[in-house]
Amino acid sequence: MAIFSVYAVNKSGGFIYQYDNYVHRAEAEKTFRYPLDCVLKIHDEKVVVSFGQRDGIRVGNALLSINGLDVNGKFTADGKEIIEYLKDSTNYPLSILFGRARLSSNEKLMPASMFHSLFAIGSQLSPEVGSTGIEMLETDMFKRHCFQTLTGIKLIVLTDPRQSGIDELLRKIYEIYSDFALKNPFYSLAMPIRPPPQCRCWASPCS
Amino acid sequence: MTVHNLYIFDRNGSCLHYGEWNRKKQAGISKEEEFKLMYGMLFSIRSFCSKMSPLDMKDGFLTFQTSKYKLHYYETATGIKIIMNTDLGVPNAKDILHQIYSTVSMGLYVEYIVKNPLCVLGEQLSSDLFSTRLDLYIRALPFFSPRAA
Repeated sequence: MAIFSVYAVNKSGGFIYQYDNYVHRAEAEKTFRYPLDCVLKIHDEKVVVSFGQRDGIRVGNALLSINGLDVNGKFTADGKEIIEYLKDSTNYPLSILFGRARLSSNEKLMPASMFHSLFAIGSQLSPEVGSTGIEMLETDMFKRHCFQTLTGIKLIVLTDPRQSGIDELLRKIYEIYSDFALKNPFYSLAMPIRPPPQCRCWASPCS
Repeated sequence: MTVHNLYIFDRNGSCLHYGEWNRKKQAGISKEEEFKLMYGMLFSIRSFCSKMSPLDMKDGFLTFQTSKYKLHYYETATGIKIIMNTDLGVPNAKDILHQIYSTVSMGLYVEYIVKNPLCVLGEQLSSDLFSTRLDLYIRALPFFSPRAA
């Protein structure tokens, strides 16, 4: 799927809408014997690999499940601390799934609001007169397009780098936003948009 | 099509070199503050890209563009960062920045260190030879055209 996510940020930097369409997150499951050969550490309430990259398990990958049971932050599904559990040799051999950590909505909120400030700094550091903020940011894995409306709402779309036609998509999303969110008499401006479950209009331009 | 300016930072954030060719608008703050702001912005963009990325990234952040300029970014394994602001007509300049690093920068960087054993790494490169060579290289680029002032 070429479009990964759609976000909307209001003019004070608050998150008002998100839609994610990730298909495949890189994950690797392996069976381990005692002692474990990667070094793990606790980071942000999750257990991540800090050393010992090999075979699809990369530094920064989080521990997602042990023996098929999803872990709960620092604790296993049974409530035991993971680091202590892994030090005990009687629990081995066991199979552990490592992968990119799925971001909670709080964790998505921080980068989205950070982007709001970076957008303004981009326009301040401009060597040319009359520049807007960052409209498109490119990496080797994704492209991030940002459309700022006249009222200060930023519509952000994360896509595959080869995807084209995003300007039209952003205009269409703006049209849908003004038709369904702004014309809704129960919607307060700059508040998070929660479409009712029956409403699939937001999702359709992305498919 | 033109190049506006170029920054070179080391891994601690101190600016090693800054060159300007066609800059129309100054940032309104002192040069030191501008370097710090630029470095801070790029540091935040990099960490932000690694969090947002749906798959593990190989090279990381490459460029960003606004309505008036495009910023190209290149980072080496030792933490040296080269940033070039150009106008929108320039396609991906990663190879050019790599060339700047390997032939102009490394060539002269090594010479500079060898010839001056007392010079401190992390201070601004004050070698005239370096500035001239870099200036000539940028002017020779196919997309550089000096605008009438």
